Amino acid sequence: MRINFTAVFGAAIGVALGLAGAASAATLDDVKAKGFVQCGANPSLIGFATADEKGEWSGLDIDFCRALAAAIFNDPTKVKFTPLNAKERFTALQSGEIDVLSRNTTWTMSRDTSLGLKFAGVMYYDGQGFLVRKALGVSSALELSNARVCTQTGTTTELNLADYFRSNNMPYEVVAYEKNEEVLQAYEAGRCDVYTTDASGLYAERLKLAAPDDHMILPEIISKEPLGPVVRQGDDQWFNVVKWTYYALVNAEELGITQANVEQMKTSENPEIKRFVGAEGEFGSAIGLSNDWAANIVAKVGNYGEIFDRNVGPSTPLGIARGLNNLWTKGGLQYGMPIR
Amino acid sequence: MSNPSVYVRAAMAPAQPAPRSTVGVAGWLRTNLFSSLWNTVLTLLAIALIVSIVVPTVRFTLVDAVWSGEGREACLAANGACWAYVKAYLPQFIYGRYPIDERWRVDLVYAMLALGLVLLMVPRIPAKGATLAFMLLVFPVVAFVLLTGGGLELDGGLIPDDVMAPSAFRFWIEYGAVCAVLLALAAALAAWQGASVARTLRNLAAALAVLAVVLLAVSVDVGLEHVETANWGGMLVTLVVAVTGMTASMPLGVLLALGRRSNMPVVRLASVVFIEVWRGVPLITVLFMSSVMLPLFLPSGVTIDKLFRALVGVALFNSAYMAEVIRGGLQAIPRGQYEAARALGLGYWQMMRMIVLPQALRLVIPGIVGSFISLFKDTTLVLIIGLFDFLGQIQASANSATWASPVTGISGYIFAAFVYWIFCFGMSQYAGFVERRLDTGYKR
Repeated sequence: MRINFTAVFGAAIGVALGLAGAASAATLDDVKAKGFVQCGANPSLIGFATADEKGEWSGLDIDFCRALAAAIFNDPTKVKFTPLNAKERFTALQSGEIDVLSRNTTWTMSRDTSLGLKFAGVMYYDGQGFLVRKALGVSSALELSNARVCTQTGTTTELNLADYFRSNNMPYEVVAYEKNEEVLQAYEAGRCDVYTTDASGLYAERLKLAAPDDHMILPEIISKEPLGPVVRQGDDQWFNVVKWTYYALVNAEELGITQANVEQMKTSENPEIKRFVGAEGEFGSAIGLSNDWAANIVAKVGNYGEIFDRNVGPSTPLGIARGLNNLWTKGGLQYGMPIR
Repeated sequence: MSNPSVYVRAAMAPAQPAPRSTVGVAGWLRTNLFSSLWNTVLTLLAIALIVSIVVPTVRFTLVDAVWSGEGREACLAANGACWAYVKAYLPQFIYGRYPIDERWRVDLVYAMLALGLVLLMVPRIPAKGATLAFMLLVFPVVAFVLLTGGGLELDGGLIPDDVMAPSAFRFWIEYGAVCAVLLALAAALAAWQGASVARTLRNLAAALAVLAVVLLAVSVDVGLEHVETANWGGMLVTLVVAVTGMTASMPLGVLLALGRRSNMPVVRLASVVFIEVWRGVPLITVLFMSSVMLPLFLPSGVTIDKLFRALVGVALFNSAYMAEVIRGGLQAIPRGQYEAARALGLGYWQMMRMIVLPQALRLVIPGIVGSFISLFKDTTLVLIIGLFDFLGQIQASANSATWASPVTGISGYIFAAFVYWIFCFGMSQYAGFVERRLDTGYKR
């Protein structure tokens, strides 16, 4: 915390409250110097980023930031979270207020190219889905002909919906509301048969229904919403750290390295595992970290599958199946680039 | 001598009781509620309306409510409000994510604020001036140090780094230099204007000394853990924004109101422009500019604390409104008052301080309180720039996986409404009390 003379008379005391060094080219050096990662997070999204009664953060996006802290400091607590709403998230990243944005942000071309941002990976493959009552007796979205569909007005959700039903030649009726709460209420009250929004959102909203178990999410996903961590353009070293933190999480699951067995794995003879835990090669130092960076991530936070199960998986209230987020070997899209 | 055909009553006839139909409960009902067919219909409709609102509300909030339990299962079982959730999250509603071990600091600030307000607001307690000075000068500094942890690093910046390394020493050298320049300028100005040089210097030196003490106080490391404002939340943020806004907008508003009625064209124009610009822009726009646009204008590496940006925005915004309220009061003071004050030989500031403002402010108490109440409720707008005030904290918590249920959100909102109502109602009641005491209300 530093303050200079002119600022004292100009902006007075408050400047100092948050006058943080930041946005220079070498984010990794800055992060190491200040001793923590500043991570932009969603203020409140079930399963992805929520703070409990004691103010402890948890969630899939949160755990990614903890993994990043573990990779750099071998300490998952060396991370500070800045809650950001959708409008200010990119400004916060561009202005250097945060080091990484892990806030269910969809990877799109315009964001990747013209906003001066770089997406480091896809922590969660989301997409628009459909929530229906089990009593309706449908098992596929293709059986939803003539359905009344609840959705939010003025969102891409509404457009995706129109595309999907038109291309499948199904007549339908839209029941649109301004706010999410209204949509859910309308669905609960039976004013529509189907509720559509992003699948992760459907799982979260389902918890707010009186009898969540009477409702199900149909398998069809009709849009692409790849959500992942974002960094500023122009700092390739930092980009690599964030990107390979993500790949380390996925690789760990592929190799069967878990929080529980990572210590034994350090003596494994498997060359891939040896490279992963840093027993062979100098992969950590190549990105400015210690050589056991990947092992530290798994030891402190777990692998991708563990993070998924802990925050959104079947054993949590959300109960989201792995689906597209399964490993590529199990029919999903999560694919860890090889460490070699 | 008496005339038997004339009857003169020697004693008053005993008073008859009022007709039974006009006394007691029945009489009151008859005259007030059922005096005509039309009124009877209205009364019955009103009763039906009240019953249809009050009964379900009471059922939902009290009878069917769940008072204790753990997690969303408890809330799911409820047909009414889920107070167990509010109970579990109450500390977070009050402190936000302020570290649990450090919350005594917030408590201390709350206690000081409450004590200061009581001392100031109860008329019988003496030493108002000393208390006010304490609350306006000492309390903000103490609160700042307690809440943030203090220990600002002042290292100067006027002398280039290669001449002298950044340090507190450099800062104080520069501070001394700037003070000397300011004093010299003031002395020259005073001499040119023909005012008392010694008095000007004394006043300015006192102000600079106070500022130095304040800077020293916030820069001394008192050994408290630093708590960033990103972790502040709930009632803490609401009160910080509201109290700062109120205390800052009052003097600023007075100055702007006086400026707008000033005879000096530059001052008048500046005041008018300031007031009209800030009043012409919605508060949301101000907050958005401060949170989304301002960081892009600043040199990279410089970030101004988000809460501080919001505080400045709210204070300036409200001072514009306050200025217009106070100007209304100034206009209501008859010209004779100004002329009488002048005739007594009072200067401008003496006239304003002793004659005009006491009367004007007294007249506009309802307007001021109205502004304060709307300011208190406007604090909820800081939510859109990612600050968690009381309402924002409640909204965020209702979305937690462990508590999400159909009634969680509604319970939180009811609780929020109740707390806001308590605060606003308290403010208007106190204003009513002050008005009655000063007897400015227009009595019928």
